[in-house]
Amino acid sequence: MPDTPDLSIFVTHRPNRTAAMELAVDGVGCAACIRKIENGLMQVSGISAARLNLTDRRLAVEWDEDALSAGEVVQAVERIGYHAYPFRSVDAASEEARHAHWLLRCLAVAGFGATNIMLLSVSVWSGHVSDMTEETRDLFHWLSALIALPVAAYAGQPFFRSALRALRARQVNMDVPISVGIVLALGMSTVETVLHAQHAYFDSAIMLIFFLLCGRYLEQAMRRRTRAVAGNLAALKAEVAHRFAANNEIVIVPAAALRVGDRILIRPGERVPADGVVVSGTSEVDGSLITGETKPEAAFAGATIYAGSNNISGTLTVRVTAAASGTLVDEVQRLLDKALAEKSRVMRLADRAASLYAPVVHLTGALTVLAWLAVGASVHDAVVTGIAVLIITCPCALALAIPAVHVVASGRLFRCGVILNAGDALERLARVDTVVFDKTGTLTLPEPRVANASELPADMVEAAARLALSSRHPLAAAVAREATLRIPYDSAEEIPGCGVRATLDGVEARLGSPDFCGVPARKPARAEGSIVAFSWGNRSMLLTIRQSIRPEAAATVAALVDLGLNIRILSGDRPEAVAPVAANLGIGNWTGGVSPADKIAEIKRLRGEGRRILMVGDGLNDAPALAAADVSISPISAAHMTQAQADAVFLGEQLTPVIEAVLTARKAHQLITQNLFAAVSYNAIAVPIAIAGYVTPLVAAVAMSGSSILVTVNALRARRAP
Amino acid sequence: MNVLIYLVPMALLLGLAGLAAFMWSLRDGQYEDMDGSAVRILSDDDLNSTDKAA
Repeated sequence: MPDTPDLSIFVTHRPNRTAAMELAVDGVGCAACIRKIENGLMQVSGISAARLNLTDRRLAVEWDEDALSAGEVVQAVERIGYHAYPFRSVDAASEEARHAHWLLRCLAVAGFGATNIMLLSVSVWSGHVSDMTEETRDLFHWLSALIALPVAAYAGQPFFRSALRALRARQVNMDVPISVGIVLALGMSTVETVLHAQHAYFDSAIMLIFFLLCGRYLEQAMRRRTRAVAGNLAALKAEVAHRFAANNEIVIVPAAALRVGDRILIRPGERVPADGVVVSGTSEVDGSLITGETKPEAAFAGATIYAGSNNISGTLTVRVTAAASGTLVDEVQRLLDKALAEKSRVMRLADRAASLYAPVVHLTGALTVLAWLAVGASVHDAVVTGIAVLIITCPCALALAIPAVHVVASGRLFRCGVILNAGDALERLARVDTVVFDKTGTLTLPEPRVANASELPADMVEAAARLALSSRHPLAAAVAREATLRIPYDSAEEIPGCGVRATLDGVEARLGSPDFCGVPARKPARAEGSIVAFSWGNRSMLLTIRQSIRPEAAATVAALVDLGLNIRILSGDRPEAVAPVAANLGIGNWTGGVSPADKIAEIKRLRGEGRRILMVGDGLNDAPALAAADVSISPISAAHMTQAQADAVFLGEQLTPVIEAVLTARKAHQLITQNLFAAVSYNAIAVPIAIAGYVTPLVAAVAMSGSSILVTVNALRARRAP
Repeated sequence: MNVLIYLVPMALLLGLAGLAAFMWSLRDGQYEDMDGSAVRILSDDDLNSTDKAA
């Protein structure tokens, strides 16, 4: 069996027989890593370029196709001491990168315009109180127009395009009043310049574009960063499959490259890479990630097995049927689509504000013009005052108020190990009053552990654990986690279906089923868990392997109760397996043996009672329930499809990020409310001044930058712990 | 006020030069890896890694 995988689908070919590939690299975080990886790779003959990006943790490599294969490049990185996984960038990601570049270019142009026009404007303002002649003032206005018009045409595109899109769909978003304000301000200023008038608002219009682009860019950069990390995690989890090639030779391919009809080999301890039907072999399969059921099921020729389940005891040959309809994954997908369609569209706060804001602002502008005409002002003066109202009400602070808080709060969550998938997750998270947990993999750790290690002699446990290192069996992996010295015994030999044996200090030691070790089997004391036996000479013991509860889960649950939240468990596992966990964590409200459809029904029932639900789950069976809840969080160990569905993902073994997420969301919600209040009060003060006709360009500039800076500084408070 | 005839174009040209420099740095990929650039500047052995992977 060749041990370099076939990674050809990840490689891009360049001219001159050069190949290039992107790799997601695990565990890099400092300058030394960059040097070690880049220099190490450059010393490998055949590799022509290597560059590690520390921001998105990706490594770009170029090499000579004749000298090396892609698999050998990955091995070269592994030899340096890092885990690297081929990464295929999604079209959406590169599209977003182009969008970010475009926003940054617009921002640079707006910045250039704003500074140069301000240079001219400050001269004009000081000219009003000193000796500037009218000819010089006009010259400066013309110069401002010369800069402002092309700058606005270029840098204003993000707003103009989005406003046009919204208007075509017969909707109003925040960009509509922004675009109207900018266009009217520039138009009026140009006319005023032609008429040799005293005031022009070029500086306000360009400054407005500059501030708004800052908010836009920050928001986009945050989204891109979380997406890059999420993409890396997906690549790190990407699995390989052993596929039979045409000549019955086994090739290692990425699971993504499997097609329907392929025959694959699944060895004990491996995860099933795709849905399929067993062709030959018998084994036990652990489907806890899919159904939540912790008891393994038998797999035999003709049985269907699902992607994501774990093969426990025997080697299986499987024909891939992933695309066939009626599989469990399909069923989950169908429920998911339905739940998504039914999910009440929580209108985003910003859009809701916009739909109220635009008509009010435009109406105020129009009424101002009419009122001034009614009291006998000239048409020119009335229109100028009306436009000044539109400029001063342009939602600069309002458009910054929400994104600025989002950026700071999600940055804080990022540092706490919570990655937000959905932009409006914070808003929904802040209003949650009920938390529904899944059990398997969420309240408990995704991998089983030895439960009774502390009750057994330490030297025996250590010997058993080191012996377990030589086995691929999942139960052995649980035992192996107890090893302090992670060196396998040289003489260890695995007997498939039975266990491992080795000669230690001249005495034979065996680890495996009680029969294999000659230890009398007894029923496990508790319903939950599997038994592994270990014998060493005439000493023997039984190890109980069980899924253990996440560290600090009890403290997390208690803290969530203190926050005034109602906690429930909804598990697909057997009720007798759920009961001890619920009792341990002090959760009175639990249900076991729930099917995916029942989970949705229960969530809907709770929502019907007027509750706002946070669902925390990891299994494929949780995916539809996650979509049906108001907001959802998954641990990073969750099934791929489930994770894609969750509004947020948390890293690490502890459950504490859930508290952090709720607290930060509440704080963010409070800050957003304060910011909106500040923006509204700014308008309450500025609008009457504008209606009265006292807004000069100087007043507009001070008011707009003042309010923008105020809301940004307030948003920064989300950085600190609540 | 005749001084404006060359001061104003000079100010504009300086501004445009700054803008052009920014555009060049953006195209050159200098904003692709802000965290990496911050630590790379401290490393001395940049002589063998001057060529980049695109």
